[in-house]
Amino acid sequence: MLGADELVINMGPQHPSTHGVLRVKLKLDGERVIGSECIIGYLHRGVEKIAENRTYQQFAPYVDRMDYVAAVSSGLGYCEAIEKLLIVEAPPRARVIRTILTELQRIASHLLWLGTHALDIGALTPLFYCFREREEILKIFEKYCGARLTTHAFRIGGLQYEAHDTFEKDVERFCKDFESRIVEYETLLTQNRIWIGRTKGVGILTAADAIAFGVTGPVLRASGVKWDIRKAMPYAAYDQYKFEIPVGTTGDTYDRYLVRMEEMRQSRLICLQAIENIPTGPIMAKVGKVLKPPPGEVYHAIEAPKGEIGYYVVSDGTVMPYRVHIRPPSFINLQAFDRMVRGHLVADVVAIIGTIDIVLGEVDR
Amino acid sequence: MMQALFQATIEFLKAFWAPLLCGVAIVAILPLIVGYIVLVERKLMADMQARLGPMRVGPHGLLQPIADAVKLLIKEDIIPDDADKLVFWLAPVLSVSAALLALAGLAIGPAFQIAQDINIGILFVVGVSALGIFGIVLGGWASNSHYSLMGALRSSAQLVSYETAAGMALVSALLFTGTLNIKAIVEAQSKEGIWFVLLAPVAFFCYLVASIAETNRAPFDLPEAESELVAGYMTEFSGFRWSLYFLAEYANMIVVASVATTLFLGGWLRPFAHVSWLNVLDFVPTLLMVIVAAYCLQRTPKQPTRVQQMFMLAVAGLCFVLGIVLLAPVVVPIAKPFYAGIHGGFWFIFKVSLYIYFFMWLRFTIPRYRFDQLMRLGWHFLIPLSIINVLLVGVALIAGAYFNLKGWGLLLVTTPAAVIALVVALLILAAEKSRGARPDQTAASDFYAG
Repeated sequence: MLGADELVINMGPQHPSTHGVLRVKLKLDGERVIGSECIIGYLHRGVEKIAENRTYQQFAPYVDRMDYVAAVSSGLGYCEAIEKLLIVEAPPRARVIRTILTELQRIASHLLWLGTHALDIGALTPLFYCFREREEILKIFEKYCGARLTTHAFRIGGLQYEAHDTFEKDVERFCKDFESRIVEYETLLTQNRIWIGRTKGVGILTAADAIAFGVTGPVLRASGVKWDIRKAMPYAAYDQYKFEIPVGTTGDTYDRYLVRMEEMRQSRLICLQAIENIPTGPIMAKVGKVLKPPPGEVYHAIEAPKGEIGYYVVSDGTVMPYRVHIRPPSFINLQAFDRMVRGHLVADVVAIIGTIDIVLGEVDR
Repeated sequence: MMQALFQATIEFLKAFWAPLLCGVAIVAILPLIVGYIVLVERKLMADMQARLGPMRVGPHGLLQPIADAVKLLIKEDIIPDDADKLVFWLAPVLSVSAALLALAGLAIGPAFQIAQDINIGILFVVGVSALGIFGIVLGGWASNSHYSLMGALRSSAQLVSYETAAGMALVSALLFTGTLNIKAIVEAQSKEGIWFVLLAPVAFFCYLVASIAETNRAPFDLPEAESELVAGYMTEFSGFRWSLYFLAEYANMIVVASVATTLFLGGWLRPFAHVSWLNVLDFVPTLLMVIVAAYCLQRTPKQPTRVQQMFMLAVAGLCFVLGIVLLAPVVVPIAKPFYAGIHGGFWFIFKVSLYIYFFMWLRFTIPRYRFDQLMRLGWHFLIPLSIINVLLVGVALIAGAYFNLKGWGLLLVTTPAAVIALVVALLILAAEKSRGARPDQTAASDFYAG
């Protein structure tokens, strides 16, 4: 019609729904995507290189800046990795409080995902409802450690701060409110014909593909693979709590939506179980002021809201790590984008970017 | 020569002073009205989304539209280098003039109409407002940008598809009147004593959906789908040009709402206009104004500054005066002749506002359709349904004439017709579902072919 069979469109780096500075080169036939290429690196800060020039404690706040909407989870992974390297263990009280905060962070991260994902698909209102609840979680973080976003809540060896006086009450109140709130989002979306039409069958990722791409987190579970590090290799205090791992069947956008919704419910249950019985005792293990781990290497992964975030740390016995490699879930999940997007329409592209749930700070590091 | 021209001008002015005045009023006041519709929309959105909305400029953000307009006017006017300058300039003007021209054909109450008694009334309004699509297509093409082009293409395909359904829906209603004249249509509803929305509910539904699609409102706002195409055909437009498009969009909303009100919702007629014991309804407009005024008065002491308090008082006063104006024709015998004009205007604007409110409500509640789904909804569902509905309404009318039914009695024949149309609609939906919700992924289908 226009004398052009293929249209190449640059989506981003400044586009309302590429969630930051992702740039997607789309090859289009009409509105149908026949090829895509993700161009990343606009937020590259060389986090891994910075790590080599900081002491172990100094580097801890940097990991918060990767996945800045789930800073607590990134921090937990790093702290536990170094603890593994030091061969110390955080005391039980610290581990339970860590679990509670990390699960709250998972809810907050999923809420942000839900709001923006719905916004991408054209539902304006859920965003504000989600932010209303996320605000409550951020308030708990603020009360606990003074920061809301890049919290640096944990320290290597445990916690710096004792839980504030109203900690249990705050968490309990949030969990109580949240039960009905999540029903509110579901009434807006789950049974909505347009929502189902826009998400069902869109961006299908088969289980085999998902494993081949190394995809983790809700994206993997929605494809039907029951893999959750909280169960497979329990860390913090997860082995003490009962929770389910929701899995999907087809691995489409709708399944990923359902999986994340259910995960929020499960996180809420974990929080409720945890505040029932927070052990007393110290919050910090005995680690020195100057950390000099014995030479060696360690890989430690935790289940962050977006998937497996892993830290591979090599120590040469000095105060600074010899090498820190980070396995960011967003970066690896994004690799499946092209497979998911081919053959779909432009409108589906934004739905698929949203459903992978990437944070560009973590993709680019 | 000059004298003759002068004479002719005087003659013209003498003959057409009232429509001219109305025209000037529309061109001058409509931007302000649109500005306040936007404010209302933002306030409603804020209310549904658990926040406050504009609160800074004036009390409760009442001056926000003016601030916005001033900002847009003094913004730098950017024309992209590779754009077709002339078309780029022309396109928004085309859009906005089509929308304004369409307003000329509408009757806001029996007294206020610019193009008075044109016998093709409704056809004129629908036709002229459809011309606005040229502005969108040309604007998208002239910007020389991929996003704009895709927005423009989506828009043209969408408008063509849904204009058909809307036209067929209008035909169903027009069958009852046998005239296209806007005043005659409302008078026919007055004579029958029943609004056509009750006689042809399926047609009203079709028109409702089609009109949302035609005005590019959510969930059919694909041409300007923010999350996909940045801003669709408006991507490269900024400042005043952009505001012209914006004006056109909202003016179009007013147009479709007015058409629906005229054809289906009894135009300027009061609900139950001929039921004398319901004459109490004449006090509803006044009551409404007094309630608004009372609310403003109650809020006045809470305003932080003196200026804002004065402003709030002024709004309250205005509402109060309006209330008195609306009350006068009902209670004061001398003002009786103005009853039809004043109350007609009120009810018309009231119904149009409700219709537009429904648009806004939808926008904040549901997600956006995808383009292929939109097209399938149009061609596979709405168009067949509206065509079948025309047929059914026609049969019902013949049956009605045979049994000599009038007014509410017509419901005896139109209700079965509506029920059959509903069954047909469900059958179409079921057939759609069994065909599979998604088209073949690999098949390259040409969505712009429609």
